[in-house]
Amino acid sequence: MADQHFSSWSRPSRRRVLSLIGASSAALVAPGLFGKGSAMAAPPSEPTGQVIVGFSQEPTIFNPHMPHIEVDEGIHFSLFDPLFIVDDKGEFQPSLATEVPSVENGGISEDGLHWKIKLRDDVKWHDGKPFTAEDVKFTIELLVDPDFRSWRRDGHELVENLTVVSPTELTFDLKSPYAPYPSILAATFIVPKHILGEEADKNNAPYNNAPVGTGPFKWVERMAGDHITLEANEDYFGEGPYLKRLIYKYIPDLTVLYTQFKTGDIDVVGLQWITPDKYQEAKDLPGKSVAVVPAATVESLSFNMDRPQFKDPKVRQALYHALDKQTIIDALYYGLPTPTETFMPQQSAYYNADLPKHEYDPEKAKSLLDEAGWMPGGDGIREKDGVKLAFTNSTTAGNHIREQAQQFIQQSFKEIGVDMSISNLPPAVMWGDYWMMSKFDSVVVGINFLTGSDPDVSNYLAPTSIPAKGGAGQNTWQYDSEEVGKLLDEGGSTFVTEERKAAYMKLQEVVRSDLPFLPMFQYATVRGHKEGVEGVVPNINVRIDSWDVATWYWDK
Amino acid sequence: MLRFLFGRLWQSLVLLVIVSVIGFAVLNLAPGGPLSQFALTPGMTQAQLARIAHQMGLDRPLPVQYWEWFTRLLQGDWGRSYRDNQPVLSVIWSHLMATLLLMGTSTLISVLIGTWVGVLGALRRYSIFDYAATVGAMVALSIPTFWFGLIAIYLFSLRLGWLPAGNMYTIGDGSVLDYAVHLIMPSLVLALVNVAVWSRYMRTAVLDVMNQDFVRTARAKGLTRWAVLTRHILRNALVPMITLLGLQLPTILGGALVTETVFTWPGMGRLFLDSLGYSDYPVVMGLLMLSAILVLVGNLMADIAVAVIDPRIRLG
Repeated sequence: MADQHFSSWSRPSRRRVLSLIGASSAALVAPGLFGKGSAMAAPPSEPTGQVIVGFSQEPTIFNPHMPHIEVDEGIHFSLFDPLFIVDDKGEFQPSLATEVPSVENGGISEDGLHWKIKLRDDVKWHDGKPFTAEDVKFTIELLVDPDFRSWRRDGHELVENLTVVSPTELTFDLKSPYAPYPSILAATFIVPKHILGEEADKNNAPYNNAPVGTGPFKWVERMAGDHITLEANEDYFGEGPYLKRLIYKYIPDLTVLYTQFKTGDIDVVGLQWITPDKYQEAKDLPGKSVAVVPAATVESLSFNMDRPQFKDPKVRQALYHALDKQTIIDALYYGLPTPTETFMPQQSAYYNADLPKHEYDPEKAKSLLDEAGWMPGGDGIREKDGVKLAFTNSTTAGNHIREQAQQFIQQSFKEIGVDMSISNLPPAVMWGDYWMMSKFDSVVVGINFLTGSDPDVSNYLAPTSIPAKGGAGQNTWQYDSEEVGKLLDEGGSTFVTEERKAAYMKLQEVVRSDLPFLPMFQYATVRGHKEGVEGVVPNINVRIDSWDVATWYWDK
Repeated sequence: MLRFLFGRLWQSLVLLVIVSVIGFAVLNLAPGGPLSQFALTPGMTQAQLARIAHQMGLDRPLPVQYWEWFTRLLQGDWGRSYRDNQPVLSVIWSHLMATLLLMGTSTLISVLIGTWVGVLGALRRYSIFDYAATVGAMVALSIPTFWFGLIAIYLFSLRLGWLPAGNMYTIGDGSVLDYAVHLIMPSLVLALVNVAVWSRYMRTAVLDVMNQDFVRTARAKGLTRWAVLTRHILRNALVPMITLLGLQLPTILGGALVTETVFTWPGMGRLFLDSLGYSDYPVVMGLLMLSAILVLVGNLMADIAVAVIDPRIRLG
């Protein structure tokens, strides 16, 4: 879903105070959809066989800290390890660290400022050199190195007094408490100091195309434009790997990706998966296991609240009543997505299930507009005080289903006297300044609002996050609500999970009633693999299928 | 001849500079840019993007960027791909062999079959064969390659299971036979259209020559039909084909986007599309320069070859 927005790492800010640390209740839990039946055999005693994963985008960035897209993370998860990971239940699990630091176990001080990380002593890099705390220190320092083209600095910028106490222990302080930092560390893959640290020009180092990690698989080769071959790291410290070879195959067309899944050329359909229109056929394919997996991405019709047409809350309410989402879901998305009223994924512990349900009711929409004084003009288009209820709607050109949904919405709005014209743009234009600097009237967009499993959405909804007004985040709706700001601060400053929950529940209520965007549905993806490939577990908290590839195996 | 070559070379260099300026300007002036793809994925902020753009030197004025690119090119440095951090030439090289294999095979097939279909069609004009070839060519030209490729995959891979559904080779195999088996479907699908094109050209060329006086003279001398065909008709009819082949050179190396996509063939067509999609300017510029050079070289080679074959033409 290259044209959807995924969650941001929140920008550090003083408003936010540590709270989530160790709170597994923040979790998003994906139901175990790929049945782990009783017939499942035990994994083999040594790596056997090979699995080919098909991706519809080509992984090209192998240094996990350089700017990359989600498909690249498929390779990163196979080659590298972070200190700890977020599992499919949304809980942190130790990886290179022996335990996940928390206030309870003394890894983090009460005020959230002092951290202590304990590391495993049995980890080796793929070249046989031992992994130590120096590598962790190097990685965090690399991320804020002004010469390094680093992907992301949020959180890491707050780290100071980074000290290697022993090869298996390091401590650091944060300049200010920052609740999402554990989530960020869970996605920060550790890279080797003894190789990358020796490079003068880390941006163009040979290492970037011949990565060495600690992960379950080792780099073998890349055939540009075609595939990447990895092989089992027999010295892996964790569980697995059970596969001798792992191949990531690039198949640039979704129809062809599905065809090669049918012919058996690929064993697992990876990123961008099976298109919804193929689901009916795919679920009955012999020898294949196909399931619908929820994604955290929420589709919405989003407004630029700075436009005079959208300043009136009645207008936004009326448009919501005119939106026939169930028909869009059933007719265009094959009934797979789940309708939603909020930005919070329904798998999250912070999901508010008691929000008012959307009603499709064009008559009510009309009366709301009448009430608010938006009366039909000579051309049938409603207007008030010289402002016509007419606006453009944009999305990525070439996303056919979404374009059809737009046309359907256009019809629905026309019926209540609202003129929505469609103006779609190529992705590079759409998600550039046009989106970031709020140059649109309205857009149809899919966004994953969360950072991993953390419920903090300040980056998207805080009044201080409006880039068009000099803010740092991605509040491109220009949704400027004092109450939301207050609730976000509350949610970020309380240590008690229940209190934190209350803030986010209330937040969802406010956003539901303000409607800066009309929530439509939460995406579902159709995923599949050959029967016999075991261990393929979807994880809504990560961006890529191969997060647990270490424990995949063939049940022969 | 030397003067001709020198003149051509001079013209070509000027042309290349113009092409590069226009290409660079169009690429960079188009909205978006190499960093816009990151706005989509986990929350880039404007500030982060601006920092990376600065580190990559993308925030400098365009003429400065062009001049740097140009002077480096003069020193043989084609730059580095934004997308995979490899030198541009090695990126292109890694896709070139795949394309040469596919396009070479399919061009060979289409030229061999196409010319003979064309010759036979012309010799037996208005025969059943000629009509069949004409209609066949029209049909082949109008079938979209994408659709035809998928039908072929459906039939030969999914239904019959005779041929692999795509890819250049089985990962881990890579024997000559394995390549050959994988080559059959894409090269034939690609050749189909080109057979049609070549047969139409050849038919016209042969018909053109057949009606000329020297052919009638040759016949009147009592030469056999075969001798007339090979020594007189074909030798003359093939001259325009050589020009055509020269003009095809950039196409051959440029790859076949649609076929490469359907059959997941890692060739130049896909490289171009992917690089364009990621706004990988250094690679796009490299490909642009390369294809401009190929157009020039192809034309030059065709001119020289024609001059060598056809004594009526003198270069100068």
